[in-house]
Amino acid sequence: MPMKPLSRRGFLNGTAAAVGAASLGTLPFQAQADGHGLTVGFIYVGPRDDFGYNQAHAEGAAAVAMMDGVTVVEEENVAETVDVQNAMESMINFDGASLIFPTSFGYFDPHILEVAPNYPDVRFQHAAGLWSADLHPMNVGSYFGYIGMGQYLNGITAGHATTSKKLGFVAAIPIPQVLLNINSFLLGARQVDPEITCQVIFTGSWSNAVREAEATNALADAGCDVITCHVDGPKVVIETAAGRGSYVCGYHADQTSLAPELYLTGAEWNWANVYTSMVQTAMDGGSIPNFVRGGLSEDFIKMSPLGPAVSDASRAQFEATKAEILAGGFAAIRGPLMSNTGTEILSAGEALVETDIALESMDYLVEGVIGSTS
Amino acid sequence: MSGQTELTGKMAASPKEWLAPVARRAEVLVIPLAALLAGFAIFSIFLLLQGKSPTEFFSLVYRAGFGTSFSWQNTLSRTAPLLFAGLCVALPARLGLVVIGGEGAIVLGGVATGALGAVMLGSSGYVALPLMALAGVVVGGLWIGLVGAMRYYRGVNETIASLLMAYIAIAVMNHLVEGPLRDPSNPNKPSTLGLTDGLRIGDIPGWNVHWGLAAGLVCCVLTWVLIERTTWGFAARITGGNIRAAQVQGLPVGRLILGFTALGGAFAGLAGFFEVTAVHGSANSSLAAGFGYTGILIAFLARHNALAIIPVAILLAGFEASSGLIQRRMDLPDATMLVLQGMVFIAILLSDTAYGRFKIFAPERWKSA
Repeated sequence: MPMKPLSRRGFLNGTAAAVGAASLGTLPFQAQADGHGLTVGFIYVGPRDDFGYNQAHAEGAAAVAMMDGVTVVEEENVAETVDVQNAMESMINFDGASLIFPTSFGYFDPHILEVAPNYPDVRFQHAAGLWSADLHPMNVGSYFGYIGMGQYLNGITAGHATTSKKLGFVAAIPIPQVLLNINSFLLGARQVDPEITCQVIFTGSWSNAVREAEATNALADAGCDVITCHVDGPKVVIETAAGRGSYVCGYHADQTSLAPELYLTGAEWNWANVYTSMVQTAMDGGSIPNFVRGGLSEDFIKMSPLGPAVSDASRAQFEATKAEILAGGFAAIRGPLMSNTGTEILSAGEALVETDIALESMDYLVEGVIGSTS
Repeated sequence: MSGQTELTGKMAASPKEWLAPVARRAEVLVIPLAALLAGFAIFSIFLLLQGKSPTEFFSLVYRAGFGTSFSWQNTLSRTAPLLFAGLCVALPARLGLVVIGGEGAIVLGGVATGALGAVMLGSSGYVALPLMALAGVVVGGLWIGLVGAMRYYRGVNETIASLLMAYIAIAVMNHLVEGPLRDPSNPNKPSTLGLTDGLRIGDIPGWNVHWGLAAGLVCCVLTWVLIERTTWGFAARITGGNIRAAQVQGLPVGRLILGFTALGGAFAGLAGFFEVTAVHGSANSSLAAGFGYTGILIAFLARHNALAIIPVAILLAGFEASSGLIQRRMDLPDATMLVLQGMVFIAILLSDTAYGRFKIFAPERWKSA
């Protein structure tokens, strides 16, 4: 197949057309704001129906869309590149959005920080605890939830359900929040039986269906009979584990429908509550705080309804611990506590409550977790 | 078509010499454009089946991709990596090699840039940036050059090898940014050390588009000159046409294969350099954003012509820029743009069979009409 060169004349014509189009393009923006009400933008890194991280945010967006006087615009599968910068600006310029929730962790630095200073009248709310008054613009805010407590409660139901005393955890990458979830899951289970261990496999990425399935099968092969995960979309892990006959605990969103018989419970975000209250604040002319966090008692997180496989004893301990957490000041990470490499984390009497800042630099797996952070 | 009859009628009487070369050259412009329109037409049927309006779709694409100054900024800011990725496919393609793993060279070029930047944080940008660019170019060039070498010396299929090596490249990047090159102060997103402001590439003055676009345009023009106006390019085109004939003629086929694959990889490495220095400020997993794969589509649409890559890359960047507005206004899923791109791709591939079949483009056959 011979390659045909483009003619010089053809190229010049094309260039002239492009210049013409470019000069047309200098017409003023026509923002399509309704003229009243508030337009709120949501941006997701993956598909909205992933049974996980993105679906949890999209459920929050759906709740906001039900509010009077609010228009919601959404975009899914937006990469953590210049793509998200353009998505935010497009929502501002074309839709008149004045409050934007770019929900993926990697959107913050440098993308939100790059765009926000150019739009001082737009509020950018980012789902992670990264905002700092000294470093970042005032029209940017952070919010996050103490979901480790949800994994602790998951662990209690897992501890009752397991007969092999081996739990499995499919994890994305070893960052503090993931490590806290793994440790909390095991420590919850050890409230039931201190002999229980938990094997963890890191897949190395937030979303990799093939490796998630391989990891889940490897855990099932190793005798783990309750499996949970921390990846963006838990669908593959839940379905694969249930297919192998393991019990499952959910994460991010409710996955009951994927394994109705074997689903014990799940740690879910409650973004509907968080988003509607933030949007209400904006509608009332108030200012949204730049830094917001909460746990079970603030309705930032919630638990999936307990499944049919949860025993009465399990249910009783689950409810009792949940009540303790709701009362405040609860610590899942408390001494004496050793890491799985044999160093002492906390001595007897020490404890890190859910709000403790030290939890955000966690770099260890506790004793009883089989796996390595590197 | 009445124009055609009139034209051929006049031709038979008095051949206008200036018309013949125009007609001959128009073929390579008209056929791809017709294929593009055919792709749009098939896609419109798809939209109608979904109960959506094609008119609304294409007016939104125009508006969000090309209709306002913000749209142009949105489109052009996505164009730079696509130009480089397109070149990485087009250069080996002129030799008849289908290299589809440019993604790997982009990723590793970015990592090399970030790694060198991390040890030169105190240096002036005038010293460090050229060296960082060189690091990206060399690593990217070696990566795809290796594909060429395996092809030439061992007969390893370059398509499969480059694709699989892209996965290896991403794994190597993850290992490096989570291990030896990791910035300890950033526990949540494994990245290399953040570059200081002096080591960042800025925007073209007056635009919100970084210098990578200008560099990409220059590289496209230089590549076109290399292929169409030098003896090396001539030798490459002969090799691409018939490798046995080229060998019989004594052309340096081996050096051409190594050189063109390495040059393609070097361009991809440059894309990684600009992603790190102009967009991200460090090397991390965001480098694997799929530019390398869009580059395959661009190079094929441009028929591996380096100048044609420019408008095609801008067109595809415009499609991607409008994807968001399409999602928001028409309630169509994100994959809609992929469906459109796929249909255009098939139409362009099929259009290859149309070359040489239309008399209007062949002046030597006009008289027989």
